[in-house]
Amino acid sequence: MIEDFDATTESGPQGPDVGPALLGELVAHLRKVRPALREEWTRRITDAQLLSVMTPEEIFSEVTAVYDNYVDALETGSVEALEAYAKNLSERIIPRGVETHEVLGVVLLLRDVLARSLFEKYQNDSHLLNRVLDAYEPAANRIAVTVGVSFVQERERIIRQQQLAIRELSTPVLKVRDQLLILPIIGALDTGRARQLTEQLLHGIRENRAKVVVIDITGVPAIDMPVADHLVQAVRASGLMGARVIITGLSAEIAQTLVNLGVDLSMMQSVGDLQGGIEEAERQLSYAVTRTAEGVREPEA
Amino acid sequence: MPVSILKQREYLIASVQSALTDTEVIELRDALLSEVAKHRARGVIVDVAALDVIDSFVSRSLSTVARTNRLRGAKTVVVGIQPDVAAAMSQFGLTLDSIDTALDLEAGLELLDG
Repeated sequence: MIEDFDATTESGPQGPDVGPALLGELVAHLRKVRPALREEWTRRITDAQLLSVMTPEEIFSEVTAVYDNYVDALETGSVEALEAYAKNLSERIIPRGVETHEVLGVVLLLRDVLARSLFEKYQNDSHLLNRVLDAYEPAANRIAVTVGVSFVQERERIIRQQQLAIRELSTPVLKVRDQLLILPIIGALDTGRARQLTEQLLHGIRENRAKVVVIDITGVPAIDMPVADHLVQAVRASGLMGARVIITGLSAEIAQTLVNLGVDLSMMQSVGDLQGGIEEAERQLSYAVTRTAEGVREPEA
Repeated sequence: MPVSILKQREYLIASVQSALTDTEVIELRDALLSEVAKHRARGVIVDVAALDVIDSFVSRSLSTVARTNRLRGAKTVVVGIQPDVAAAMSQFGLTLDSIDTALDLEAGLELLDG
């Protein structure tokens, strides 16, 4: 929720004089000149190359809706309807790639367009103009903040949702043979994901009664100190549950990083690639993989 | 003491039933050491599946039991460490040096038969 602007501090020395009557007059004026201002606003949006992903018709229809909501908000002083509309609008335009600066730019343009129109109307009476602006500015600013915040909140909601989705499909623990698990890790590891990985690994060991686990980090671009520590801890914890860990797919860069960081890897067994790791695990579990007599099968046979 | 020590073939199986106080840990340690001699056991399994926490005192005592028993010809295996307990222990650097670990009682027996 947006905090209310304090009318008395925002509206200057003549604040208390700003009555509902004046605001009503202002709103009536803005309703009267609606077609002209709406077009002026659309023109300035297009000139500033904002909302470039939307068609002129779409811009015009959104502009109409925002304009009416804006004037309603000025009139009633309640931004709730506008907030709901801004949230709805954000939901529609964020997936199309509309940026934060565009949304803020558009709202500030509307504020300017309306202010210009007020200047024009009251230019002969600077005293009245001041009082009108006293009424207009805090409300306009509040509206700008509401729309901006709604947009940013919607973005943040989407980001949180995506983070959750990424975490859920994060790390599968796969059983390849009795007592043998593999953990292919794809993508950057951070501390949170490393912790989650440890948890999944340990529960996987218990559920599958695994004795050997191959962790493949071919798909991990880089590793830093906290993550390396987490990996070491995961390996130790697996050891406590009676499972050995083989790490495979350490890239040259990661291997070098680990050595330079001075991570103690004495208790980690590592093998060049996943194939080598699985072969080593099979050896430790006394599996022998042999090709059957047919060898390579004929596709037509 | 909430621990029962059973003899199974040439092995001793100590299964911990609930959380142990420090005194009980010491009792368990001493009991294991004396029982090994009495039954001429070749292996000792300590089942800690019921423990939600394994602190530094418990892990040091288990290490002591393992090292002492080894000098007297018996191998010690700790079994049943829960995933969360294992994660916490490795995070605090409690690694049960010189002790063999296995998933559960069955895996522990296999290891001793090994």
